Amino acid sequence: MAEMTYAEAIRDGMRQEMKRDRNVYLYGEDVGIFGGCFGVTAGLFQEFGPERVIDTPITETAIAGSAVGAAAAGLRPIAEIMFVDFMGVCMDEILNQAAKMRYMFGGKAKLPMVIRTPCGAGFSAAAQHSQTLEAWFTHIPGLKVVMPGTAADGKGLMEAAIRDDNPVIFIEHKVLLGAKGEVPEGEYLVPIGKADIKREGTDVTIVAWSLMLSKALAAAESLAQEGISAEVLDPRSLVPLDKEAILNSVKKTGKLVIVHEAVRTSGFGGEIAAIVADEGFDLLDAPIKRVTAPDTPIPFSPVLESAYIPSEEKIIKAVKELF
Amino acid sequence: MEPTKDQLLDIFKTMSTIRAFESKAVELFAAGKLPGFVHLYLGEEAVATGVCANLTIKDYITSTHRGHGHLIAKGGKIDLMMAELFGKKTGYCKGKGGSMHIADVDLGILGANGIVGAGQPISVGAAFACKYRKTDSVTVCFFGDGASNRGTFHESLNMASVWKLPVIFVAENNMYGISNSQKTSMNVADIADRAAAYGIPGVAVDGNDVIAVFEAASEAVKRARRGDGPTLIECKTWRWRGHFEGDPSVYKKPEDQESWLKKDPIPRLEAKLVDLKYATQPELDKIKSEIKAQVEDAVKFAEESALPDIEDVLTDVYAN
Ligand SMILES: Cc1ncc(C[n+]2csc(CCOP(=O)(O)OP(=O)(O)O)c2C)c(N)n1
Ligand SMILES: [Mg+2]
Repeated sequence: MAEMTYAEAIRDGMRQEMKRDRNVYLYGEDVGIFGGCFGVTAGLFQEFGPERVIDTPITETAIAGSAVGAAAAGLRPIAEIMFVDFMGVCMDEILNQAAKMRYMFGGKAKLPMVIRTPCGAGFSAAAQHSQTLEAWFTHIPGLKVVMPGTAADGKGLMEAAIRDDNPVIFIEHKVLLGAKGEVPEGEYLVPIGKADIKREGTDVTIVAWSLMLSKALAAAESLAQEGISAEVLDPRSLVPLDKEAILNSVKKTGKLVIVHEAVRTSGFGGEIAAIVADEGFDLLDAPIKRVTAPDTPIPFSPVLESAYIPSEEKIIKAVKELF
Repeated sequence: MEPTKDQLLDIFKTMSTIRAFESKAVELFAAGKLPGFVHLYLGEEAVATGVCANLTIKDYITSTHRGHGHLIAKGGKIDLMMAELFGKKTGYCKGKGGSMHIADVDLGILGANGIVGAGQPISVGAAFACKYRKTDSVTVCFFGDGASNRGTFHESLNMASVWKLPVIFVAENNMYGISNSQKTSMNVADIADRAAAYGIPGVAVDGNDVIAVFEAASEAVKRARRGDGPTLIECKTWRWRGHFEGDPSVYKKPEDQESWLKKDPIPRLEAKLVDLKYATQPELDKIKSEIKAQVEDAVKFAEESALPDIEDVLTDVYAN
């Protein structure tokens, strides 16, 4: 084990796989000497050279589209889109090309590609640089959607994403980049599609991912002091979703609160709520609650932005409504 | 067409206002008073100013993440801009947009923009509206060298050219898109050469020579108002600061930075004004100190303004 930040851990995951497999290469805007807009790729250019760590022009369409072509031709690209907000620019390449090619070709193509991109508010970066858009990608069959909430998961899921033969949308959180954690050294894989119980509890299940995991854990700590034992479950990947783990936890607690930073309407929380209502209705002894951002774009001013982002207090309030 | 004496003095005031506003923003950001990303226009003042000196309030512009200069040149009010940078309720966007999203639709400013290249098709639409309504208004689209590599560039220039729309595409070539030099991002020396692909005029000018910029824009605006369609103007310039405040620009060569600092567009204009006997240096210095005082007033206004109310998070999503 080594102490690493979330950013360092994700970088270490890329490094392990780049050392292991020459077909893996990394490219995107400013990922070279600059080390990526948030420093996640720092040092990789020096380590692997300009053939495998490549700066691109400002050209998201060609970044995502060329990942599709390169993957179809046998490489394993890791493409960086600087902010998840810019995924709109290359949505056709993701929606109509990456996600569907294998199916449309009758199973005859393989697309081992990863698109890494950071999400999240918290820096007053305003409405076009702060969004959390995982739900878009979960609505497209053919894509896997991964959102690590800890440094170790960042590394293990990155390695698993690179080895996966399907397009994986790997969403990092900007606020987590500097968060430290214990991370296994050397090769480390976390299976995609397996949830992790980050804190055990008996009274209520809180499902949260990405940055919201740490807020849910903080809320669980406060709730424990008030005699409420919350179980915190991180699905880690939304597609595929470990619904068994969620249902098993709800079986134990009888109550479910889902927390995500994305806006409420058509957020992935609605999907989890629907699954539990459908397959676990008898397990519930209270309504399912969601804690989410409101249905608005993200405001700039720090006072507005902090009111916007789901907080520990809002999670505690939602939990208490169930008792 | 050459600028008149009055035009040139106005240009001087506008460039000095941008300089003073941006220099103040450097200080304020360093003091931790400005949240979020701040991309400054220092060194590039001649581009927005020389172009917008040809426009009226009825004309439109689309701007970029590096928008303060465009906004000031198009008549934006510096107190409302400053309050927006501070995230205050009195700001242009009530504190909801910040530096990257300042707009004043009444002045024809269709917004700074956080998405590189997004202004290009928007400018085409604004120009279409002007043509459709049979006004003689034009739209200026400001964008960077980096943005000229986006697909929106191709689609916008093509559409504007086949529809003969009154739009002037102004490529601000400051030689870098964040850390990527123009040389590593495109295989042409002049972005203006790309105009040939659309059958429209393309001109490259020294973007630190405000008179050259003014003249090129004057031609293009006339052509657009006549109904002859778009022009691509490339203005070669240099951003003095990092990509955003806080970027130490390790990717730039110090000697390039030094040589461009010597091409500062403001002293060049001052020398011209003195030479033409339009003003004396002490008169120009006095104007500059008055402008600095106005910027201080804008800061005071911003600092004394109230923060937005929390309930404002939920408003302005839809028109009623
Ligand atoms: C679609 C999109 N891609 C990437 C970015 C991130 N980004 C912001 S500014 C910038 C560089 C822009 O370069 P250029 O167009 O030359 O403008 P300059 O900053 O030099 O004024 C980049 C890559 C973005 N905001 N939008
Ligand atoms: Mg540039």
